[in-house]
Parts: sequence; C-alpha cells; structure tokens
Amino acid sequence: MSEEAAPVTYIVTPVRLEYDHSAGNAATLFLRGLAQRKIIGTRTGPGQPVLVPPRGADPRTAELALEAVEVSDKGTIVSYSIVRVPSENIHFELPYVCINILLDGADVPFFHVLQNCPLDEVRIGMRARAHWVPDEQLAPTIASIEYFEPIDEPDVPFDRIREHT
Amino acid sequence: MRDVAIVSFAQSNTAREDRNEVEILIPVVQEAVKRSGLPRGEIGFTCSGSSDFLQGQPFAFVMALDGVGAWPPVKESHVEMDGAWALYEAWVKIQTGEVDSALVYAFGKTSSGDVAEVQALQLDPYCVTPLWPDADSIAALQARLYLEGSARTERDLADVAVRSRRDAMDNPHAVASGATDAETLLAEPYRCSPLRDHDCPMTSDGATAMVIVAGDLATRLSERPVWIRGIDHRIDPPALGVRDLSRAPSAERAASRAGVLEAPVDFAEIDAPYTHQELILREAFGLSDGVRINPSGGSLCARTLMSSGLNRIGDAALRIARGEGDRALAHATQGPCLQQNLVCVLEGE
Amino acid sequence: MAIRCGVVGIGQTKYDAKRIDVSMPGLVREAALRALEDADLTFADVDAVVIGKAPDMFEGVMLPENYLADAVGASGKPLLRVHTAGSVGGSTAIVAMSLIQAGIHDRVLTLSWEKQSESNAMWGLTLSPPFSVAVVAGAGGYFAPLIRSYIQRSGAPEDVGIRTALKDRQNALKNPYAHLRIEGIDFDQIANSPMLWDPIRYLESCPSSDGACAMVVAREELALKAPRPPAWVLATAMRSEPNQFPGRDAVNPQAGQLAARDLYKQAGIGNPRREIDCAEIYVPFSWFEAMWMENLGFAALNEGWKMVYEGATALDGDLPVNMSGGVLSSNAIGASGMVRFAEAAMQVRRQAGEHQLDDVKIAMGHAYGGGSQYFALCLFGVEKP
Repeated sequence: MSEEAAPVTYIVTPVRLEYDHSAGNAATLFLRGLAQRKIIGTRTGPGQPVLVPPRGADPRTAELALEAVEVSDKGTIVSYSIVRVPSENIHFELPYVCINILLDGADVPFFHVLQNCPLDEVRIGMRARAHWVPDEQLAPTIASIEYFEPIDEPDVPFDRIREHT
Repeated sequence: MRDVAIVSFAQSNTAREDRNEVEILIPVVQEAVKRSGLPRGEIGFTCSGSSDFLQGQPFAFVMALDGVGAWPPVKESHVEMDGAWALYEAWVKIQTGEVDSALVYAFGKTSSGDVAEVQALQLDPYCVTPLWPDADSIAALQARLYLEGSARTERDLADVAVRSRRDAMDNPHAVASGATDAETLLAEPYRCSPLRDHDCPMTSDGATAMVIVAGDLATRLSERPVWIRGIDHRIDPPALGVRDLSRAPSAERAASRAGVLEAPVDFAEIDAPYTHQELILREAFGLSDGVRINPSGGSLCARTLMSSGLNRIGDAALRIARGEGDRALAHATQGPCLQQNLVCVLEGE
Repeated sequence: MAIRCGVVGIGQTKYDAKRIDVSMPGLVREAALRALEDADLTFADVDAVVIGKAPDMFEGVMLPENYLADAVGASGKPLLRVHTAGSVGGSTAIVAMSLIQAGIHDRVLTLSWEKQSESNAMWGLTLSPPFSVAVVAGAGGYFAPLIRSYIQRSGAPEDVGIRTALKDRQNALKNPYAHLRIEGIDFDQIANSPMLWDPIRYLESCPSSDGACAMVVAREELALKAPRPPAWVLATAMRSEPNQFPGRDAVNPQAGQLAARDLYKQAGIGNPRREIDCAEIYVPFSWFEAMWMENLGFAALNEGWKMVYEGATALDGDLPVNMSGGVLSSNAIGASGMVRFAEAAMQVRRQAGEHQLDDVKIAMGHAYGGGSQYFALCLFGVEKP
C-alpha cells in the first residue's frame, strides 16, 4: 500500500429497497371514492363522528371505523399556512397555501392545498371547494383532488368552528 | 422485585395481509384486553415494538396508536425492537411501582419488502451492508460454522423442521405446518448452503398483544396467572468475525441471570428463526434432551418480524395457563446471528 | 418504593450540520466518553445501556444500536433502543432512570443521537408511502397552521416568534456545543429572514444537526459518592395521545397538560412558575415557547406570549427557558430531547459554563414528538428528594 494514499474518510452507499404496500380497508374506501369523484370518510357506526381521511379506527376508542360515509367536497378553512419552501410531494408554484379544511359532513379537518386565492385574502372561516382533475384522469389517488379553491359563500363565524381551529 | 404475571395474550399471523398494520392490530389488542379482565382505561402503561424499516415508513408506530385506545392520554412508550423488549420495558415500569399493569403489543408486515434483504441494513453500514448480504446468507455462514464445529449434520437441522411443522399443525396461528420427513426435506435444493428452504423462517404478517399485571391484581384477574419469575437480556458484539457464531454467549448469560437453571423446565419456546439456531440455543440454555422445544412450531413456522419473540413468550404463557406445563423458558432474539437475546422464565402457580 | 436516582455524568458532542469528522460509532462515543469522564467512570462501571434515536431512515441503518453495541460498551450487557419520535431523547432517559428506580441496575449509560446528514432528514420527514391519503408539506407545513391558530386564539402580537428566536440565538452564543451560533444576531436579522411557512421564518426554525448526548444515571448510594454533585431526579412523566381525532386540541394538547400535572404532583410542586427555577423545553419553531408555557402551566391560557414579551424567559428573567439556545440552535432529532434533560441537569449541577444561571434548585427538562402527541418530562433538583 502506498504511503501517500490518503485515508478514506467518506463513502456514499446507495440503498434501494422496494416495498409492496397494502392500502388497507380504510384507505381503499377513500381512494376508490376519489376515483369516483367522491370524498369518503368512515365512522365506527351510525351517529358517530366521521373521520376523513379514514385511517381505519376511531383513535379515541380504538374501534374499527369502516362504515363509509360520503362527505361534501366543500368545507370551511379552519387553519392555514403560506408555504414558501419546496416540498418533495407538492409541486405548486411557490408560495402556495396549505390548509386544514373541515369538509361539510366531516368531524375532523382535512389537510390540502388552496389555489386561486390572493395570499392576503386567505382567512380562517373561509369557504372552499375541491377542484378535481378532469374526469378521464380520476384514479384511486389523493392526486385526484388537484387543489381547493375559494367559493362564493359567506364565511363561517369563528365561534362555530373554534373547536376545530 | 414485584411479582408480575401474564394474564392474557393474543396474536395474529398470516402469510400475507391486505389489511394495514392498524387494522391487524385492533382485534388483537381488543382480544388481549378483553381476556385480561381489566378495562382498557385501567391499564397503567402501554409499550410496543416495531421497526420503521420493516414497514418501509418512518414513525411506523405512530399510526398504530390509533388502534390501542390512547384517549384520554396514556403513559406510553415504544422500542424499535421486537415486542419482547417492549415487554421488558413494561415489566421494568411495573417494578418501579409507578403502575400495576401494562399492555404490550408488537406488529409487522414481513410481506411488504424483501425481509431478508432489508435486514442487511442491520450490519456494519460502512464495510458489510454495501455487499448486501441478506439475512439468509448471514445465517448460513453461522450454520456452516456450527455444523463444521459440532457433531451435528444437515439431517439434524431437517429434524428440527420436521418436528416444528408437525407441532405447528396444532397451532392455528402458525403459517407453515404439515407432516413430512427428513428425507423429503433433504432432497430439496439449498437456498443458501447449508440451509434449505425448510431451515429458514416462514415469514408472516401480524400483530401480538399481551397484558401483564402485578401481584394481587394478577390473582384477582386470572385463575392461573403465568408468573414471570425471571427476565434478562444481553447483547453480543456486532462484528461477525469477532465472536464465535456457533455459540450464543448473550443467550447463555441472559438465561443464567433469568434463573433458568434454578429448577428444571417442562418446555421451552425458543425464538429460533433458523433450524441451526435452535440447536445453538438449546446448548446455550443447557436444556436436556427431554425438554420439549417449541410445541407451538416456533418462529420457523410463523415469523412476524418484530413480534415473533413476543409470540414465543405468549405461546409459552398460554400453554402454562392451560395447565400443560408448570415452568417454561421463553426466548426472543434480535440482530444478526443471535446477537441479542432475551430470556424469561415463566411459572404457573 | 422507587429507589432514588441521580445524574452523575453528562456528555454532549458538538452539534453541526454534518459531523463528517466522525463515523456513527465515533459520534456516539464522543458523547459517551465525555459523560463517563464527567462521572469519573469507565465503560466497565456501566451495567446497562439505553439508546434513543428517531427513525432509522435518517441514517439508513436498521436498528443501528445493534451495530453500535461495541462502541457504547454494551457487549455482554443489556441494551435497549427506544424510539418515540421527537420526544425520544426524553423517554430514553426516563427508561434509563426506571432501571435504577426499579433496583435492577446500579449505573446505566443512556445516550440519544442522530447523524441525520448520513441520509436526508427532510426526505425522512416527508416520506409519502403509496396509497397515501394525505398531502405532506414537511414538519413546518404541519406546525405552521397550529401556530396560526395560536395567534388567532391568543391575540398575540406577530413578533412573539422573533423575540423568542432572538433570545434562544443569543443564548446559543454562550454554548460551545451549539450548532447555530450567529454572532451579532439581532431582531431585524430574524425579522428579515425568509418566511418559510407563514408565520415561521427561517431564523425562527431549528437547523438539521448531527449530534449525540449521553448521561450516566446512578442509584442513590453511588450518586452520593460521585465526584461531582448529582442532579437528583425528582419526578418523570410521559403521556401520549393520537394525532387526529374529533375534538382534538393540537395547539394545547391534553397529553402535555396531563404530563406536566403528573410531574408537579409527584414533586409536590404547587406553583410551577415560582417553584421551578428554569426549563429546557423542546422548541423547534420559536412560537412553541409561548404555546408550551401555557401547556406546561407556567402561564394562563392565551397568555404564554406575555412571558416572552416581559422577558420572563430570558436568562435574567424569573423563569429562564432554553439557556442552551435550545432546539432552535441544535436539532439532532433523536438527541434533542435528551439534550433538554441534560442541560436542565447541568444547571442543577452548576456545570453549564457561560450559560449557567445563579441559584438553580429545580430545573425542568421537556421533550415532545410526533404531531405534538408524545411528551416526556423530568424535574431535577439539587436536594435529594
């Protein structure tokens, strides 16, 4: 070994692993719904809160929540943030607005992106609706909803949505 | 030390699940909680085991929290280890006196990735992982060393498989089972010499849950609580060339510290994913030939990574609870080639 | 009856964006050896090792503690690996303390670490599996709306985050281990730094760091014989809650409130604001200080921001917070929770050097993780309980 060879202090070791993911029953309901231009939540039973996106259980009780309930694709913004840094998964022009929106019929807010709204007009209580991809592009993926956009309905007063904000 | 007993246990193992981890876990946890006789809200501590890399997702255990009733907020912790070590952490918590009961659970879907390949990530990341030696190859190195240095043969390994699969026929949670003989198995080609398919674990997807309680509470809840008389765990050095792979010193030590030798055991549930490892561990534990090993079929017949160790402990506990033995050794392993081992001694009455 | 437990040795690595001067074993040993040296001990004196770390994707090694067993002197001993997301450093310390309190071991080495430059933490935090039902915008994308909610609820002035960040960054200048140490940092520099996720600015956010933190905890008799006075563990508490369900308050989570109440009850503390002398709490985005002051019961609802405005949490305030510069100055995700505990213990042991406060009797360490759902807390005291 040459005396002049510098010690190795740094190596790059690529790792590549492939996984087969199973969506699970709850996600399947939701994703198939999206392919039909519907937003599906689930609940543990009649009269129980509707959770969207569904994760398979009501976390408060650990009961299976697999009864499908369609919720509206419009709702009320309960919080938001204006994002100015890129993210691996979101490809909108910066800055964009991410929102937590309480869809009509759901009992927990849904995280997504708002477009077609001047940044200084975004506010808690604002009404918005999903903008879907064209019908021929609908598929069982969250990407079927391209974004949300404001609609012409009066704001919901803060006190009515306070517990969700 | 406080007396701690296992009062309930439930498991699920399937070759391949379409349900996600939470959906698999919920009924298992519900069953364990129900059978314990303790309302969920009265269980003092919750602890789980799982692995992000097994799941192919960071923070894998966070989603699982939806399925265990963490509301109102609970005292809860998680180890990135087999559920057997979650059991250990829960046992310690009870020993501090802070709680009197605990729910322990673990889960994993081995079918998602190439589990033998994923485990290559457990090795030295600088010098060994880049060669991508999968778990079967590493185990085969150990098997070769063991066979060359002992009087054992490949037939002895096949005998382990024959016996395990036959016993697994009585275990509804086993994934592989059936009557066969050593000649038939030995006629098969090597998967990774000297190991054949039957020497390697049947991997599975599943979840496991157990409830443990202290002292008087155990006797109130269960007619025949299964007492954890001793529990200990140890780890050996990681570098494969540094230790004698044909032995398991950490298993020997853990068994000694757990009090295995204090009295004879009626049977043992040993977490040996590979056939030769059962033989190594049998020697490490000093078990005489008369002791029945893995009446459940063992981890050879159902290996849900991250919960198979807890399954051995649970299977042993159930057997004792049914009166089919009074004292057992239950074991869990983790890491390449039996690097890390946990042993507990279980007793009924 | 639990056995009394004291911290007798503390060690930290220099936190930095990329510690390319050390391998993973090198990084953890740096902290471990410092902790042992502080306690005048060697690896041989340690009975068990408890390691904590966040997701393994951050280094690309599965269960790395198995590989590190030799590096941390664990061969032949019990080794545990805890992972409770961001709170892991705290929960790891609590597990180590439990081993002492339960009478199982006499001395335990506990260590939390992250060498997230090995992989890509941003990727690790935004990994979106197939069939994902959610849009993911990174940690900031998750927490910024919560901060927006807090501002709405409390009516706090918009510059609370800047003031908090200024305090933490000035404190970091007195901490030689801190990753971010910005000489001459001032209000305008923070206010003018780029807005990342409104209302969080670049200089109001934590960095991504490599680093490790270690402590040696010992049973009472051994703690009394240690070369330097121990930080006695007065109380520990942990609580977890799911991250989304109907009626959840993610801004002021119940799990955090209950953990704090449990902690104070154990230690016999009736008025936390007055009886606790200082706190190291987990603040990855500066607004969280105001929010946690309420969550921990130091301030009334919607008034946490006033503590910042009054200077109460400054080094010369009545409840200094994050004297070390906090998570805002160094964030090796797996380590940060233990760094909070360690820095609190250092205050009690009077070994915090330039950022040492006078007359600390009781100090709090706090860590949280996940979607503000995992909480691990500890109180250290000068007096044996």
